[in-house]
Amino acid sequence: MAPRKLPPVDIVIVGMGWAGGIMAKELGPTGLKIAVLERGGPRSTQDDFNIPQIRDELRFHQRTGLMMDTAKDTLTVRNKLSEEALPMRRLGSFLPGEGVGGSGVHWNGVNWRWADQDLKIRSHYEQRYGKAYIPADMPLRDWAVGYAELEPFYEKFEYTTGVSGKAGNLKGKLQPGGNPYEGARAKDYPMPPLTPSLASNMFTKAATEVGFHPFPRPASQASQPWVNRDGQQLGQCQYCGFCERFGCESNSKGSPHITVIPVALKNQNVDLRTYSWVQKVLLDSTGKKATGVLYVNVKTGEELEQPADLVILSGYQLNNVHLLLLSGIGKPYDPKTREGIVGANYCYQVQGGVTLFFEDRAFNPFISTGSLGAIMDDFHYNQDFDRSKIGTIGGATLAMGGPHGRPINYHPTPPGTPQWGSEFKRATAKWYQGAVNIAATGSVMPHADNCLTLDPTYKNRFGQPLLRMTFDFHDNDYKVIGQATDAAGVIAKAMNPKIIAPGASRRSGWSVVPYQTTHNTGGAIMGAQPGASVVNKFGQSWDVPNVFVTSAAVFPHNSAYNPTGPVGALAFFAADAIKNRYLKKPGMLV
Amino acid sequence: MSDKVRRRDLLLGAGVVGAAALPIAGPAAAQAPAAKPPAAVHPAPAGYMFLKPSEQAFVEALVDHMIPADELTPSGTDIGVAVFIDRACSGSWGRGDRLYMQGPFKAGTANQGYQLPLTPAEFYQQGIAASNAYCRKTYGKAFDRITAAEKEAFLKGLQASKIELAGVPGREFFDMVYQTVMEGLFADPIYGGNRDMVGWRMVGFPGVSANNAENIKKYNDGMPFKAEPLGIADMS
Repeated sequence: MAPRKLPPVDIVIVGMGWAGGIMAKELGPTGLKIAVLERGGPRSTQDDFNIPQIRDELRFHQRTGLMMDTAKDTLTVRNKLSEEALPMRRLGSFLPGEGVGGSGVHWNGVNWRWADQDLKIRSHYEQRYGKAYIPADMPLRDWAVGYAELEPFYEKFEYTTGVSGKAGNLKGKLQPGGNPYEGARAKDYPMPPLTPSLASNMFTKAATEVGFHPFPRPASQASQPWVNRDGQQLGQCQYCGFCERFGCESNSKGSPHITVIPVALKNQNVDLRTYSWVQKVLLDSTGKKATGVLYVNVKTGEELEQPADLVILSGYQLNNVHLLLLSGIGKPYDPKTREGIVGANYCYQVQGGVTLFFEDRAFNPFISTGSLGAIMDDFHYNQDFDRSKIGTIGGATLAMGGPHGRPINYHPTPPGTPQWGSEFKRATAKWYQGAVNIAATGSVMPHADNCLTLDPTYKNRFGQPLLRMTFDFHDNDYKVIGQATDAAGVIAKAMNPKIIAPGASRRSGWSVVPYQTTHNTGGAIMGAQPGASVVNKFGQSWDVPNVFVTSAAVFPHNSAYNPTGPVGALAFFAADAIKNRYLKKPGMLV
Repeated sequence: MSDKVRRRDLLLGAGVVGAAALPIAGPAAAQAPAAKPPAAVHPAPAGYMFLKPSEQAFVEALVDHMIPADELTPSGTDIGVAVFIDRACSGSWGRGDRLYMQGPFKAGTANQGYQLPLTPAEFYQQGIAASNAYCRKTYGKAFDRITAAEKEAFLKGLQASKIELAGVPGREFFDMVYQTVMEGLFADPIYGGNRDMVGWRMVGFPGVSANNAENIKKYNDGMPFKAEPLGIADMS
């Protein structure tokens, strides 16, 4: 049966998380007819994040209650091109969200500005270390947008979500206690930093003594009651210890469902349709113009065609790349010939660190919040850190001070402790309060083999091919995290704990099983030229100019920073260009 | 039975059928007329819904071995971990909720994760049968009848991939079992384990804690924050 054709709209936005919410809020006042299609259901603080039910570790952590349902749609995974990819049958390594607010409801709230250290990465390494320093199989690229151009849009995002932090560089002037390596900001953070924990204070002291420059991690948890520029209110963070993987019951974590989405929906012309699963972008006979989208109402099973003049893909990074491939927009990347570009430059992040055990103090790990802690950038945005000694590109942050004490997942014991029995219980009781972790998070640079393609075998609930992920860490990634973990050991010693447990320096490859991070990037990368990129700096497709992509899919590589800051800033940046330029004269913006 | 008890039963029931049923308990409870508090504060869910007698014996022996009665907690069975596992198997997780179950099913690398054509409950049952077969062959008795030292050797062998079970990947079975034991020890008591919040008391986790905006200032000097833990049922 042919899909039922709906009356046309001007703009279709696919996905109602941060990016979709920002787009809908910014484009709503144009008065144009906008349909937002969200494949999951509605979400509200009152009904979905209420106390006590939201504070259920089993339901939301173990059983991933707020996340995408892999029974309906998942991807296939493999480490190497020579392996057969098999389905990720349940969530593990990363946790894309589903429903209104997307991953923005269950994030940790760490909100960074990625500056020219990332945005001009290739130029920097070529200049400083020489062209030959960059390996031939590392398709490292500049971002087509610089920090100065993005700065006002970072501010817009920060003053939308709320961020508690301490500026390190105000208008070029370094500020004591902030990050000395950050890009210059025109305005300070909206709120002062969160209240530091014992762990934050200890790390700040020890790292400073060793000669580094720690600062409070920039946090989208409100350190005080706050009203954003749209009049949306945030409550003060309650340090409840149920942040990442959970929705916030006190509306203190900057989230789309309490900021951009309700503002967007005040516009009568913005029509949010939940349970609406977009299957593909429809193109005309030339293949160079989108005519709308095909979607399924998952409550009834009905297929619908929504004609539109402009299509904006604002889903999770993986889903945006999937939709481009399913729709035949752009040339798919072929890792064997290394031709094509859609699906190329898929990146991730790499984790390391050390655990410290103290007998003489309690850290109260359950009194915490997602972004709490002190962090340092001395091996990351600090460009004086000479990479040539270890032969790396990119870097890692080191942090201590969060994020929770939920005991199914958090009951650390020193190495060699039995994992069950009375000895296990005694060790767990002894060290639960006295353990603390220095977490190292490393960037991951693109590699010619790491990519997203369509799977030849496995299908989703609608019979469409699953996205296939080929990914492994490579030598550069292991060296980055190895160096950072060694440095974490040095800082740990300065705190004089009873035991320091070294982080496992694994070289056994990326595994889909244990949780690592939901910082997946790339696959629809931005660039200055068609051919070597999928979209221009505004997220506009080079091949189908009335399709835009917003999300971490446009990132050409991954930083050690969390990605939501630039996801938000780039969404505001693109919305501005669409509103003020594209809609006045549709066509290529670059 | 008082309304209070009925409400708790409802919550326990909600835990059994899975996440989707939980919010229903809220409005129903809110509409219930006020009543005298009951004498029994923590009614224990009694009896098995899913596990067969041989499986019950295996699970009870396992959780009592992993969580023995000592100065810190009663035994695993006595704090409801066996019941937790029974409810987990009979509930949405056990039935394969959120598990991609389309074929073809192929053995992958360890890095590719779970690839069996079994729901967790089926895997539990297959794993128990294969474990008992191994124990009978090696020790002459089913798992629940062998000595503590033999149990220890068997579990360590599974964990280290040194023991192969017939038709079931032993290490993966161990990982699943271990995960559910930790869940039964530390999950909110509405799911049947962690009875009287003994797992939380053991480490000092305050449970469904409330307002810590003041506590974060007060407790950053190395002193432990201590409070009588609260579970979901205590705040419902």
